[in-house]
Amino acid sequence: MNTEILLKSERCKGCGICVSFCPKKVLGLDTLGHCSVINEQACIACGQCELRCPDYAIFVDKKVGA
Amino acid sequence: MTDMKLMQGNEACAAGAVAAGVRFFGGYPITPSTEIAETMAKILPSVGGCFVQMEDEIGGMGVVLGASLAGKKVLTATSGPGFSLKQELIGYAACAEIPVVIVNVQRVGPSTGQPTSPAQGDVMQARWGTHGDHPMIALSPWTVRETFDAAVMAVNYAERFRTPVILLMDEIVGHLRENVQLPAAENIDIYPRRCPSKTRLQGYEPYAPEADLVPNPADFGTGYRIHVTGLVHDYTGFPSGSPAVTEEFIDRLHKKILLAQDEITHYDEFFMDDAEYAVVSYGGVARTAYEAVRQARAKGIKAGMIRLMTIWPFADKVIRRNAESLKGILVPELNYGQLKYEVERAAGGKCPVKLLAKYNTEIFVPGEILEGIEALKGGRL
Amino acid sequence: MKERTYEKYFRQNRLPHIWCPGCGNGIAMKAIVQAVEMRGLPRDKTIIVSGIGCSSRASGYMDFDTLHTAHGRAIPFATGIKLANPELNVIVITGDGDCTAIGGNHFIHGARRNIDLTVVLFNNTIYGMTGGQASPMTPLHKKATTAPYGSVDRPFDACNLAQAAGASYVARSTAFHVQHMTDMIAEGISCRGFAFIETVVQCPTAYGRKNKMPDPAEMMKWMRDNAVMKTAWDRMPEEKKADKFPIGVFHRHQAVEYTEAYSEVITLAQEGGK
Repeated sequence: MNTEILLKSERCKGCGICVSFCPKKVLGLDTLGHCSVINEQACIACGQCELRCPDYAIFVDKKVGA
Repeated sequence: MTDMKLMQGNEACAAGAVAAGVRFFGGYPITPSTEIAETMAKILPSVGGCFVQMEDEIGGMGVVLGASLAGKKVLTATSGPGFSLKQELIGYAACAEIPVVIVNVQRVGPSTGQPTSPAQGDVMQARWGTHGDHPMIALSPWTVRETFDAAVMAVNYAERFRTPVILLMDEIVGHLRENVQLPAAENIDIYPRRCPSKTRLQGYEPYAPEADLVPNPADFGTGYRIHVTGLVHDYTGFPSGSPAVTEEFIDRLHKKILLAQDEITHYDEFFMDDAEYAVVSYGGVARTAYEAVRQARAKGIKAGMIRLMTIWPFADKVIRRNAESLKGILVPELNYGQLKYEVERAAGGKCPVKLLAKYNTEIFVPGEILEGIEALKGGRL
Repeated sequence: MKERTYEKYFRQNRLPHIWCPGCGNGIAMKAIVQAVEMRGLPRDKTIIVSGIGCSSRASGYMDFDTLHTAHGRAIPFATGIKLANPELNVIVITGDGDCTAIGGNHFIHGARRNIDLTVVLFNNTIYGMTGGQASPMTPLHKKATTAPYGSVDRPFDACNLAQAAGASYVARSTAFHVQHMTDMIAEGISCRGFAFIETVVQCPTAYGRKNKMPDPAEMMKWMRDNAVMKTAWDRMPEEKKADKFPIGVFHRHQAVEYTEAYSEVITLAQEGGK
């Protein structure tokens, strides 16, 4: 895993924008309707989710040294 | 004292405001207040201040509130139709507690009415023109010299109570020219705006009241990073939907003025020691009333006069005290009857209160008010 | 994880914000703080002024001196702040109803004076806070609660309006083009004069649901597919422009800035008005 995904669930309103824009289907909505990571392995840290999250609830980085 | 000079009421208003520290004026041209804007446009830049003519009356009100938040003492001036438009942001200033003085040089209404003819028809609008519960301070001068003093006082009260103050002039005083001797600068009391008593780190809350119930929100740009809103807010300045916060907030807005009510209620009493009948009067009409009372005295009628400079909060105490010993009160007004009802309320049934109303663009002449006094005495009103 | 340095510009204890799930306002608000950071504006000398409406709640979340004014009045308040203290950087956040309906007069006159404000219009094409009434920027034939059969009111192009009224800088971007939006705002901040940036943001709740586009991501994809960069737009044949709209910088013209002009008035007055 070369990427690091940080979710701030208390900010997430479950709009699904991140899920829609993720090119690798890394993200989904959990039973509470919050964003959750369902396939972390696939993440390429493109940052599309963070870029468009209107609630500042998801942050993605390449792992340091990776 | 400075040299004697011939001055117009509107010019004295501008001069008083500048003497009190006003360094920002925003407004929109409207007769009969325009000379105030014109005078400010000339004076303000010469003292490093700023004059801006806005696109409309509401803009004129908004721009002065912004400047006040950025630390300037501010003034705007208008007349009836513009006063109606300014009401929205007068309420904003009351709610967000922004010091501001609004001059209304009254003319005949409703609507465009009779431009430049004198009236006193905005007395109730000054009190209740903006929506919701709010306190109000309104001062109504009767001479050119007192217009200067009232402007100074209005600016000081706006700063001290962090509230809008209405300088409720009328066309008579606004366009009147009199010889005046203005006080020297060092003899003018100026209320400096208070600074926050705590730092951010010490837990500063911009809308936490001091002992006098007035808060000290910091001027913008001074590092406090405060939030100012027209929504009901708590001590932090941020909106709150809480019933308890709302009630305390509206209570405090009123009580901060009520606490100082006696001190800010200014009036004169003339010939009242043995008076049986009194004329209660204000603004330009008080000039005529004074002459009428003198003529009544010359005819042997024990007439006196109470001249109100502070219109709001209303001078309940002086009316109540005098009503006890009076046989009647006459309230001449250049309107269909406005302040008369306040006088009647304050008199509390102790003596009859009668209205002498005039609303035809003409001012009273002394004989009319004298006839009114005689009619009051004779029970014919 | 790297620190997101722009986060310091948010009042953390006020988040999450009140906007609906998927609302584009959060994207525009982040673009503003990132632009502020890019331009290195001193936080204590930067004032955020907003009007009333969904957009204008942004001021409460931003850790500057912030002013949430009355409906439509943000520009006059901001004008007063800037004139009273020209060293302050003043950013106005407004909405399509706030800016072009009730505040329309203030908007064109702010631009006419060319006072140094950065005005960011969050254009969601609807009155969101009051539940979805048509605004002066609701596209023709789109539905709103007060236009149940589709709007017959022709919409404003706020960018054309700002330019015609005399703004020094006029640009548009969208919530899909986040980096572009940040750049447009940052350039506006650098402009010494009236800078106007229209940010097209999605309102899935009040606008989208009424107009067969309830999914915020779909609305953003619509922006992706229909926004055309200015240079391409200029070369585009008219018949292909239907439903498309241009983004980018439309106007740059450094005219005399108002507070600078007024400082000359002060000099003149102090020299005795010669």
